[in-house]
Formats: sequence, structure tokens, C-alpha cells
Amino acid sequence: MTPRTEEYEPTIVSFLCNWCSYAGADLAGVSRIQYSTNIRVIRVPCSGRVNPFYIIKALQNGVDGVLVSGCHPGDCHYISGNYYARRKFALLKRYLEYIGIEPERVQFSWVSAAEGGRFAQIVEKVINDVRKLGPIKSSIVKKL
Amino acid sequence: MLNEIRQTVKKLFNENKIDVFIGFCEGTLPLRTTPCFITTADDTDKLVWNSFCTNNLAVYLPRFFLPKPRGKEPKWPRVGILVNGCTGRSLVGLLQEKQIPRENTVIVGVPCDGMIDIKKIKGIEIIEGTEKKGSIIIVDKTGKEKELKIDSLRADICLSCSCFVPPVYDYLVKGKGKETVVPYNGVEDFEKMSRQERWSFFEEQISKCIRCYACRAACPNCWCKECFVDQSLPRWAGITNDISDTMFYHIGRIFHQAGRCVDCGACVAACPVGIDLRKFTYKLIMDVKDLYEYEAGLSQEEPPPLVTYKPDDEQEFMTEP
Repeated sequence: MTPRTEEYEPTIVSFLCNWCSYAGADLAGVSRIQYSTNIRVIRVPCSGRVNPFYIIKALQNGVDGVLVSGCHPGDCHYISGNYYARRKFALLKRYLEYIGIEPERVQFSWVSAAEGGRFAQIVEKVINDVRKLGPIKSSIVKKL
Repeated sequence: MLNEIRQTVKKLFNENKIDVFIGFCEGTLPLRTTPCFITTADDTDKLVWNSFCTNNLAVYLPRFFLPKPRGKEPKWPRVGILVNGCTGRSLVGLLQEKQIPRENTVIVGVPCDGMIDIKKIKGIEIIEGTEKKGSIIIVDKTGKEKELKIDSLRADICLSCSCFVPPVYDYLVKGKGKETVVPYNGVEDFEKMSRQERWSFFEEQISKCIRCYACRAACPNCWCKECFVDQSLPRWAGITNDISDTMFYHIGRIFHQAGRCVDCGACVAACPVGIDLRKFTYKLIMDVKDLYEYEAGLSQEEPPPLVTYKPDDEQEFMTEP
């Protein structure tokens, strides 16, 4: 994405599960916790709903990093969605790293609804990691 | 071995146990056989079995058993199929995913010692080729004959195969299968390369792709009535010649094989431009084995890894602040 100032600012898209992570992010907002604004949030009902293709599609559209966050294991509102998500993303992360996409670009976390501060910390970490890496490789970004 | 195959199939037709048999017949091009569908006992003499039978015949099974019409009993044919190790594993995968009914399938297993890879014969324009006792005699355009040992031409994927006999069968033809297994190190070697080198290799392989979808057509696991590539809402892999669309197609198709790919090599053999797909598919096979101790196509009862979970699955990859 084109930088707004001379310094490069990454764009991160995040998929937050409605019941835990999104609520955690909301708590961070209500508590007036300051964190970087490079993150764009997409609310999904469960982390298990996140199709790995969404992540690849986001990278294709030029975002520099993706964060997927769900409920802690054992706390999923739909009982087992986050377990299936964990398996899918373990494989996806290894696979993307294998073909040459930096592993810090696609990150996964568990954030509960009470962890507003922790959500802000994770977001800052992801943004800093991606800022160091620079813009995503141009050949994966769709031009046509 | 070939006689026994033909006798078994003839007996199946004479005893009216099958309606159609899927096997290999003489091909029209040199050094190739063609899959064929026999329907009478007289045609069984057309069947062949040699080192040119590279196709994975399990890809033809799901189309015989299309979903049942509403309110009526399905009139599915009884299908016989000739399987070797890798085809048999694909068949078990199809049974697991309920794409074929076991009662309507008659499996004739044959031990396999590997097929040749035509791409390994370089520099000769082949007009005719015959197999004879461990070698292939090739006749080129000028009429000159050349003898090549089959062991030097075997496909890499066959060299590393450890499944010489299919995991499930109704009849097993007697014969000698493979004896040695050469392990495949492509993934480990690839991981030693730097990140930029790996991306450049991936980009270079993908840029060869002409989006013919032969890999998808040859793969028995790609039985979906609507493939993600054909979906227009959402449009996952666009139909432009932008390399990012082709990258999406390959990343997507190979990821859809996670936990299902049996490493049969049909996609690699089918690719007209010679993309090294195995380097990428094998990584997922290794990861599934490493993380979830699962190998596709061996057991019908074991659930596939992505439809099950354990509460203590590996989560080293998760981000902590």
C-alpha cells in the first residue's frame, strides 16, 4: 500500500471472532487503551469460520499482514470451532513460510473478551513485526 | 501378471459381478497406455499392464456414482477397477469421503514396481517404444533403435513409494512389486534455501503455468462439483494472466489437498509444462505426518486430520505478546 508519509506504514487486516477477540478489542477501546491505527478489523462469528483463502486473498489485495484471533482453546462459543481453526492455521502458516512468505506477516492469537490490554499488545507486536519487513512482495499483489 | 489380470476380469464379467471395468489399454502414442472402460468379457484382451501405466485410475470412479436422484433408488453400476499402490490409496481416500460406495466397487489389486517418467528421455524423437525384460527399446525418426534400462527411467515419485500393494482389494494378482525405497529429500533441500531463493523458485515454477487445470483433472481428490477456481462470487483465482492469480490457484489447490494427498504423482505427470508440484504437495504431506501423525489413504476408519481435533494440538505458531 502506498505510504502516507515518507515513513512506510503497514496495513494489517484482522479477523476477530465475535465472542472473544472482538469483545477484547472492544474492551481495549472502552478502556481508552492507545494502540497503532494500522489495523483494520473484520468481525467473524468464530475463528473456525475463517477460510484460509481469506488470508491469501488479503495478501493478494496488497495488505502487508494478517492477524486472526479467536477464543482460547476450551472457551469457544461454538465449542470446537477454534480447535479446527488451530489445525488449519498450523498447516497454513507452515506452508506459507515454506513458499517464501515471511512468517511474521500472518499471525494467529488467542484473545479472550477480558483481555483488552493484551489485545493492544498483540496488535502492536504484529504491526511492529510487519513494519520491519516492509511492503509485501509485489508478485503476489493482484494488478489486473 | 497380465494374463492373470485378464483372466480375473473375464471371470468377473462371466459371473456378472461387474458392469464396467476400468483398466489400461494400448495407447495411441508411443510409451503411453490409455485408460479404458471395458464392458464385455471379449474386450478383456485389450487390457495391458506395463511400465507405461502412469495414470491414477481412481479419478474416474466418482463420476459413476453421482448423487442419488430425489425420491428414487440410485441405479449405480458395479464398477471394477485395476489398482496399484498409489491408486489404491486414492481409492481409500474416496471411500473415506463417501464419494464411492464400497459395495458397488470391485477392486483388482496388482503389485507395482514403478512406472517410467517419459520426461526423463531427452533428445530422442520417439516413434515407437516397447518394453522387454527390464528395458525399453525405442525407435526414433531415423529408424535407429536404442535400448534404455527401465530402472534409469523410473519416475522419482515411484522410486520413493513404499506402498507396492494396494491397502484394500477384492482380488490380488500375484506378482513381484518394488523392493527398494529411495526417500525423497526435495522438501528438506528446499528448506535449506534462503527465503528469497524459495520465493523466486516458487514464482519461477508458477510463471510456467498455463492454467490448463490438467493437475486438477488428473487428481482423484479433486472431485468437487464446483471447484473454487470456477466460483465467480467470490472470485478467488481470477482468470487473468496475472501471476498472482495463478499463485492463488496453486496455493489453494494444494492446500485443499492437506491431509488428503497420497503423493500419487498424477498431477506432476499430467502437467504439460513440467511444474515441480511435488515440492509443494509433499511439504503438506510431511507437515500432516509431523503434526497429526496421519498418512492419507491407508485406513478407511481413521478420520482425516482437518475434521477432527485434539485439545492439546500443537500451537507453537501462536503469537504471544
